[in-house]
Amino acid sequence: MSSIGPVKQARKALLWLLVVLIIATGVLVAGVSTGKTGAAPKLALDLEGGTQMILAPRVKGDVAISQEQLDQAVEIIRQRVDGSGVTEAEITTQSGRNVVVSMPGTPDAETRQLIQASANMEFRPVLITGSYEATPKEQRTADKDIPAPTAKPENPSDTSWITKKLYKEFEAYDCPVEVEKRETAEHDPKAAMISCDPRQGVKYILGPQEIPGDQISDAYANLARGVQGAVTGEWVVVIEFNNQGAATFAETTQRLIALQGSQNQFAIVLDGTVISAPTTNAVISDGRPQISGGFTEESAQALAQQLKYGALPISFDIQSEQQVSATLGGDQLKAGIIAGIIGLILVFIYSLFQYRALGLVTIASLIAAGVLTYLSLVLLGWGMNYRLSLAGVAGLIVAIGLIADSFIVYFERVRDELRDGRSLASAVDVGWSRAKRTILVSKAVNVLAAVVLYLVAVGNVRGFAFTLGLTAIIDLVIVYGLTHPTLMLLARTKFFADGHRLSGLDPSLLGAVPLYRGAGKVRSFNENAQENRGKKNSKASGEAAKRLTIAERRRAEANREENNE
Amino acid sequence: MNNLAEWGNQLYTGKRSYPFTQKHRLWFLIAAILVIASILVPVAKGGFNLGIDFRGGSEFMVSGVQNTEVSVGEDVVKNAADGAAATVTNIAPGTMRVQTDRLNDDQTLTVAGELAKAYQVESSEVTSNFIGPTWGQDVSKQALIGLIVFIVLVGLLMAAYFRTWKMSIAAIVGLFVVIIITAGIYSLSGFEITPSAIIGFLTILSYSLYDTVVVFDKVRENTKDFEQQNKRTFQQKVNLAVNQTLVRSITTSVVAVLPVASILFIGSYLLGAGTLKDLSLALFVGIIISTLSTLFIQAPVYSWLRERDIDVVKHNKKMEALDA
Repeated sequence: MSSIGPVKQARKALLWLLVVLIIATGVLVAGVSTGKTGAAPKLALDLEGGTQMILAPRVKGDVAISQEQLDQAVEIIRQRVDGSGVTEAEITTQSGRNVVVSMPGTPDAETRQLIQASANMEFRPVLITGSYEATPKEQRTADKDIPAPTAKPENPSDTSWITKKLYKEFEAYDCPVEVEKRETAEHDPKAAMISCDPRQGVKYILGPQEIPGDQISDAYANLARGVQGAVTGEWVVVIEFNNQGAATFAETTQRLIALQGSQNQFAIVLDGTVISAPTTNAVISDGRPQISGGFTEESAQALAQQLKYGALPISFDIQSEQQVSATLGGDQLKAGIIAGIIGLILVFIYSLFQYRALGLVTIASLIAAGVLTYLSLVLLGWGMNYRLSLAGVAGLIVAIGLIADSFIVYFERVRDELRDGRSLASAVDVGWSRAKRTILVSKAVNVLAAVVLYLVAVGNVRGFAFTLGLTAIIDLVIVYGLTHPTLMLLARTKFFADGHRLSGLDPSLLGAVPLYRGAGKVRSFNENAQENRGKKNSKASGEAAKRLTIAERRRAEANREENNE
Repeated sequence: MNNLAEWGNQLYTGKRSYPFTQKHRLWFLIAAILVIASILVPVAKGGFNLGIDFRGGSEFMVSGVQNTEVSVGEDVVKNAADGAAATVTNIAPGTMRVQTDRLNDDQTLTVAGELAKAYQVESSEVTSNFIGPTWGQDVSKQALIGLIVFIVLVGLLMAAYFRTWKMSIAAIVGLFVVIIITAGIYSLSGFEITPSAIIGFLTILSYSLYDTVVVFDKVRENTKDFEQQNKRTFQQKVNLAVNQTLVRSITTSVVAVLPVASILFIGSYLLGAGTLKDLSLALFVGIIISTLSTLFIQAPVYSWLRERDIDVVKHNKKMEALDA
């Protein structure tokens, strides 16, 4: 075996690890200097402080929630939370069942209400249309010129719903500002309301509710058919009402078709905002109206989706709500870090005690694994928005032991090979080829555990599983890229190869006799093992053993073991 | 180090040998007693001490408290939340935990504010937590699914790697022993079962199997072609493997336990109850039991399972004949 090969190999592996570290550090430094990311890992709420709510979506009628509906639910909550002015809220789904809302600080009662409430969709007739922006003050209608309602309104389309006060409010209503605020306060279904249509850029006064959204049984985008039933190539949105909705809608269209101008329109309102306000072209008696007019396939699909929200009023039960003050979060993090450092120092001391100079390799490897973990956490926080939670910190601390075990398995194997009388360089090679298998299969178990936990787990189990899996992979990188190459190089230094007393690999301490004893005498492995056994037995039996043949000695040895039982 | 290295040498050569596989009946008996005790303890104590996550309710933590009088917190809850009963505990120096039945949003905000006033701390020192009644069940249900999926997958992985399903069986039998005994100790200590403790349990699964795989890999190596030698029986070969990896088993468990012990210590004395403490107790107990179980349960079970196999029986007969 030439010694140039392994040395070259070892240097190459070390170089690779160095390149990985330098690139990761470089990316991080670039990110930090351009202000795109912080230099520390992103922290989860339990460490940073804030509120985390775990919500279980609930559908009327106790139907199971599909993934699609869950995605809709997330979309709804995101709109609401963003609308409530909370910045940096994070909304995710968990295990295909729950919605997790995390936000800094403590949400007020209003925000909480907003998040929990179900989407509110309704159909209202349009009474009047106005410009999207507020009418400039000097152009507003004088008080005396506003027509006051003369009688009680007869039906939802009656303009008598517009009181003087409502009209004034309407003129002053500034949609760009109001939409930005995204007030989704409940509106009285029995009264008129002002609403904006951001798509068309108009605002309306709408009559009272005609049909609540939950009377929609389905909505979908479709290609329109002409009179002859041939596809015209125009996209339309088809709404299907249930029986009750169909009956009401027939009445409504009956009334609206006779009306002129904007009163001919009905508005579909979702959480207070108009998503569509089609005109009425026909009396729809079968409960299956079509909305047409300049739809692309995409916009038709989008509207159909929104209509389905209404058909499916999801509300949310708060499963768990956790508020952590920033101080407590900081304390927890501090305690976690202190525990980690104490744990590491204890491990360092123990490995020096157990492995002497070789313990330094363990320490260096652990430190390198720490650096790599740190870089990964920061970069994952930047790229994937990964946030380190307290459970994640606990996972990291536990990982110290699991990472160190790879080195222990490896070193013990090398020692075993030394005991068989190999030279250090060859013991490292043979020990590695055996330890490698053990390390790979045991890490596979760890990664498997982490992946399974991550996929099925709810709550903070995920953060824990994530760090556990991440460190198992980092462990492999370090063992291959640092520990083994370092040991290969060290095995060729005088201090280790000669088995210095403090090297941790002293063959005489390990009970080994060198393979090559000079003068061309090469000893076999088995012979050595027998000799050692003989040496350490009580003298008399040792002497007796030496007089036996090797085969006889083996039998005697086996018998002695059995007698020991 | 001299003694330790010497000990390691003796274990390696087989001069010193602990009868892990030979005395399997004794170990199995002890394990059986412990398992039965672990099942009886919770029964006798009327179940586990389930944390608030499994019962549902509201929880407040007040930190930086000077006056750790329990009645202060009880009065606050009584006045602020229509006479709701509260369990107030001084769980760590300067930290009070107040647990109540489910409070509504307004009550929660009021109680949090009043607690800060009553204990004379900033309102930012009060942490509130609300848990729906199904949350804990959800967590444990998912954990159980995870457990089953994981065990099946690891069983397959081990069977594929070691080319024998008997190792998978042995590993999984040992796994259950570890989990049941750890749960028993949990019940005995009266520690609360929280979702964090569940995470701890799941980690023990991973650790236990990990530890077993490392030892079994040596067993696989040692028992390879065991028929072709007349020095040791199959059982002795397995036992030698366990003894040869003993130094590693001890070193690894020490190294794994040290950081966990430091979390347990810091978690208990500096922070009080919480994720860290619950997690680390389960791990602390679990790591020690996992290590012991690999030595005393998994390896002997494997050797015992193989005892009836034709190749082992044949080889044993051959060895007996040689002895005679």
